[in-house]
Amino acid sequence: MADASPRTDTSTDADTEDRDLRFQNNLSQVLVASDGSDKSRDQKTLRRLAQNREAARKSRLRKKAYVQQLESSRMKLTQLEQELQRARQQGIFISSSGDQSQASGGGNGALAFDVEYARWLEENNRRINELRGAVNSHAGDGELRIIVEGIVAQYDDIFRIKGDAAKADVFHILSGMWKTPAERCFLWLGGFRSSELLKLLMNQLEPLTEQQILALNNLQQSSQQAEDSLSQGMEALQQSLAETLAGSLGPSGSSGNVANYMGQMAMAMGKLGTLEGFIRQADNLRQQTLQQMHRILTTRQSARALLAISDYFSRLRALSSLWLARPRE
Amino acid sequence: MDRIRDLASQKAAVIFTKSSCCMCHSTKALFYDLGASPAIHELDQDENGREMELALRVLGCNPIVPSVFIGGQFVGSTKDVISLHVDGSLKKMLINAKAIWF
Repeated sequence: MADASPRTDTSTDADTEDRDLRFQNNLSQVLVASDGSDKSRDQKTLRRLAQNREAARKSRLRKKAYVQQLESSRMKLTQLEQELQRARQQGIFISSSGDQSQASGGGNGALAFDVEYARWLEENNRRINELRGAVNSHAGDGELRIIVEGIVAQYDDIFRIKGDAAKADVFHILSGMWKTPAERCFLWLGGFRSSELLKLLMNQLEPLTEQQILALNNLQQSSQQAEDSLSQGMEALQQSLAETLAGSLGPSGSSGNVANYMGQMAMAMGKLGTLEGFIRQADNLRQQTLQQMHRILTTRQSARALLAISDYFSRLRALSSLWLARPRE
Repeated sequence: MDRIRDLASQKAAVIFTKSSCCMCHSTKALFYDLGASPAIHELDQDENGREMELALRVLGCNPIVPSVFIGGQFVGSTKDVISLHVDGSLKKMLINAKAIWF
């Protein structure tokens, strides 16, 4: 009659007490069993059942506590994911594998581009380092040309990727949120200004022939003129959009005005659709300017130019990191 | 097509546009900036607009507007104009057609 059913639940200190009790009970049961009295056996049974109930209750409480901990750590995880997303958008690039954060349709396009851009940047850094190594080790023109051509082709890649991303989410590209804060300072139509970049490079590329200086000056001027023309087109677009939306203002209620309103909205939608074209032309300008610069310069000069451009953007990104990490009162 | 050719040969620089098109505005701005005074023809304000649009599409202009002609020759749309300007060809074409002098 000795009760020796094994306990399989995880024990705590409280349980140890229980077990001690049960052990003592078992012992006393063994000692008493020889008595053979039914009455005492019932008492022991009742006490055992009571202790079972107590243990079961404690087990349930422990399980409840465990599940509660699980729920709150799940919430904490979601919170962290959101913070990560926000931080990533602000320019602290944190690569993640198997990214499974939920995002709306538009958000997916933006996120997908951010990931592609980060990947492109990594590859770009690798190539730039390769170029730097080749330049520092006085590699021949042939070897330099291969690396330089590779980098120019890689720039073609990012313009194509941006073009696709602009189709999916033009406002994300326009916002520049995929760039770091300091880079965003100089944002023009979803990217950098080629004319400014050329200005920076002019001093870094000496010695230049007179022809080259002339050609580079012309390129800088043409680039600037094209930029200005696109800016003017954008201003015209803003103006037109504002007029369209303002035109739908007026006393509400009449059905004629509702039809008007919908018409104006349709027109405004059409205008928003042209934004993608402006981004595309701006990127086209960047691409053409880069290629023309490459044509004007010798291989070695192109190499120095690409290194200088990369250094400049690296500094901007470093500045962004410093800015984001600055101590605040 | 005849009307397009006709209008395109009337001035050294000719641009076909639409009044609602902001990219056309950009292209016009570039030409003005260069000192050229292109003739502007708005397709949506022209009674033959539809046929002219089709003719431009046949020519391969994409997008249809803005559509640029220099010295009577079809040049292209915004992308072509920007590319030609960046490599210096646009100015040369305008000078050859006597749309500008320097």
